[in-house]
Amino acid sequence: MSTPLPRPRRKNPILRTRLPTLPPGMRSRFALGLTAAAARGRLELQHCSDCGAVQYPAREACHRCLSDRLAWRPVADAGELIADTRIHVSQELFFRERVPWRMGLVRLDCGANVIAHVHRDCPAAPTRVRVLNALDRAGQAVLTALPEEGDATMADDPQLRELTCDPRDRRILVTDGKTAVGQAVIDRLVEAGAEIVWVGYSEPWKKFPGFDRLESIPQVTLMPLDVTDPVSVRELAREIGFKTDILVNTAEYHRAYGIAQRAGTEVARAEMDVNYFGLLRLAQEFGPVMRGRGADGQNSAVAWVNLLSIFALANYPPHGTFSASKAAAHSLAQCLRAEMQPAGVRVINVFPGPIDDEWNQLILPPKLAPAALAAAIVKALRESVEDVYPGDIAQDWFARWRDNPKALERELVANP
Amino acid sequence: MAVPVTIPYVRYSIRGAHWFAGRALKELVAGSGLDKARIDGLCFSSFTLGPDTAVGLTQHLGLSPRWLDHIPMGGASGIVALRRAARAVQAGDAAIVACIAADTNHPDTFRRTSANFSVFARDAVYPYGAGGANASFALLTAHYMRCYGARAEDFGRICVAQRANAASFPHALLRKPMTLEDYLGARPIAEPLRLFDCVMPCAGAEALLVMREALAEAQGLPHARILATIERHNAFADDPIQTRGGWAEDRDALYGQAGIGPGDIAFLETYDDYPVMTMMQIEDLGFCGKGEGPDFVRRHDLTAGGSFPLNTSGGQLSVGQAGAAGAYLGLTEAVRQLTGRPLGRAVRDAAFGMVSGFGMINYDRGLCSGAAILARARTA
Repeated sequence: MSTPLPRPRRKNPILRTRLPTLPPGMRSRFALGLTAAAARGRLELQHCSDCGAVQYPAREACHRCLSDRLAWRPVADAGELIADTRIHVSQELFFRERVPWRMGLVRLDCGANVIAHVHRDCPAAPTRVRVLNALDRAGQAVLTALPEEGDATMADDPQLRELTCDPRDRRILVTDGKTAVGQAVIDRLVEAGAEIVWVGYSEPWKKFPGFDRLESIPQVTLMPLDVTDPVSVRELAREIGFKTDILVNTAEYHRAYGIAQRAGTEVARAEMDVNYFGLLRLAQEFGPVMRGRGADGQNSAVAWVNLLSIFALANYPPHGTFSASKAAAHSLAQCLRAEMQPAGVRVINVFPGPIDDEWNQLILPPKLAPAALAAAIVKALRESVEDVYPGDIAQDWFARWRDNPKALERELVANP
Repeated sequence: MAVPVTIPYVRYSIRGAHWFAGRALKELVAGSGLDKARIDGLCFSSFTLGPDTAVGLTQHLGLSPRWLDHIPMGGASGIVALRRAARAVQAGDAAIVACIAADTNHPDTFRRTSANFSVFARDAVYPYGAGGANASFALLTAHYMRCYGARAEDFGRICVAQRANAASFPHALLRKPMTLEDYLGARPIAEPLRLFDCVMPCAGAEALLVMREALAEAQGLPHARILATIERHNAFADDPIQTRGGWAEDRDALYGQAGIGPGDIAFLETYDDYPVMTMMQIEDLGFCGKGEGPDFVRRHDLTAGGSFPLNTSGGQLSVGQAGAAGAYLGLTEAVRQLTGRPLGRAVRDAAFGMVSGFGMINYDRGLCSGAAILARARTA
């Protein structure tokens, strides 16, 4: 049982804001399979496709039969902590600022030996543990030994909090509170212990459905924000950018149809203006200031969440221009991720399948409920996942896309 | 083995590894009275010579050897170099082999060496706290203590005895007398390791010449003989965590070649990067059984004049760890003891000595092990 994390104290504005440092981020290319698995919240190790041997650290050949047919596949996360230490003297600034740092050697039940961070609630070695594969502040996969049974305070371990972006005690901007998805996200963040949730809404001269309810939530503050208006974005960034720990961009413009069903480019422009340029405007105004706060104490800037779409991976012709705007946003989000990474601020991309709302009326179920999408976003923040594919349709599309992107493209022509 | 050379260690140097290698070669030439051109074999080790290897060193130092080797095996480099050089001489590939290990140390050298020590270390160890070798050996030490009942005081006895040996060794960087209380009271580095369990990185070089005994005699060079050697890499790969090294697999062969037993060994020079490894070497080389190391060090006086002289120069724990030169520290000290020319305190009746090497925590354990039994010259 961990000591619960105290609520962060108010920041002394006289004190210097510490600059972000990162844990060592160098990895071999062939070791990045672990990072790819961590991005989706899975523990995978190299398996030999010829002899079945499991190995870690990653290699260029099977250590048993020398085959180079090596695939990353899930392994059970159970193992034994054989030995552990608390490092008091580290050679890297990131750890030097955080010692003592607990790490140890775990023998996984699959036979592989892994060096791992060790959660403070793990008893002294030897003890049974489970191993979490998660992204660290450098954006690389690291393994962490967790106690077999965790309680509610487990997330309060300072070492684990360095890996995750837990919303608790954090100040969060949700860019659009008018939609069902936006409101579900707000509810979940408040439930997860967010200190403040700023909620953006355009057209502040009129109330939207749910306005009064949102206004009655003590943690929520409604803020005028129109992501298509550079002045509006800049003004809000000047007001709250320096204290925004997490930004969740839920602003979205979604209309049906592809190319031939609609004349002109106005709708497509409007989609791009919110879905792509909206993200760009937010990134330009909030990105630099959040980057400067990557190490600002217990509630530093930690994450940026983009609501994309599974249609960003492959164009869904009945919603062709919307798909294109989400593909553009996805590409830009990769750029944002690269620019935020030196500060340790994680960019989380969420790729939902069709959401159960007005604009997906003609799409057959299963469709994703806004509450389920919101839950997936909070889970990703808590578990340090970077790419989220919530719901059955997103999972199905993602599996098909990984397996053969060309096949998925053809399937979408034949059977949209 | 003749002309043991030590280029005095310094904590930090503005020189490169080539400078230390050059000094060492010059001392070998001066100490042997041989013309530099007669050195026709070179065996070299270093962590900081990059991007050069032993090849570049030949041009840098104006050597034209007919036999050349570069041994990147960390703490096993000395023993392995000795084996390679002796075989080259035996086979007639070279007549006189200069074995040199040299390293420099700048303020950031050690961190960069740790961060890029190996592919596995970079991918799967260094990101976990960046504790370097200290963290890896903390895990081995914690496990050993739990399994075999070793206490901090037992490791302390090794460190304190070596510090006592260092008092009379002129090249030791750490010669301030140390008590067990000093040892136990030192700040923690990576639990259970404290400050004096860890070697101090520094710059320096060690070297010696390998040649036929008849040639050494003809040159009038004091020398020691090689009776037996072993090496092994990636031994006991299925052990979940390291509790033994390759010595345990090969020690019978070692004593068999030499025709003597552990009781005949007058002194032991281990690779003492951390005291737990010294304890494992004492066990695996047959001086006591597995797990009996703690009791062994409690029962023995480990100083040069004691019942079990260990790391008689003070070892790396007191002399300092000059990179790969640390692998040679025991060799040069053993030759000096066996030729009756110790720089510090002499071991009494030293007819046979043993030197062991250990190197390269590639991932979760040290992969290279080696040992040699050396003897006094027949004519001495």
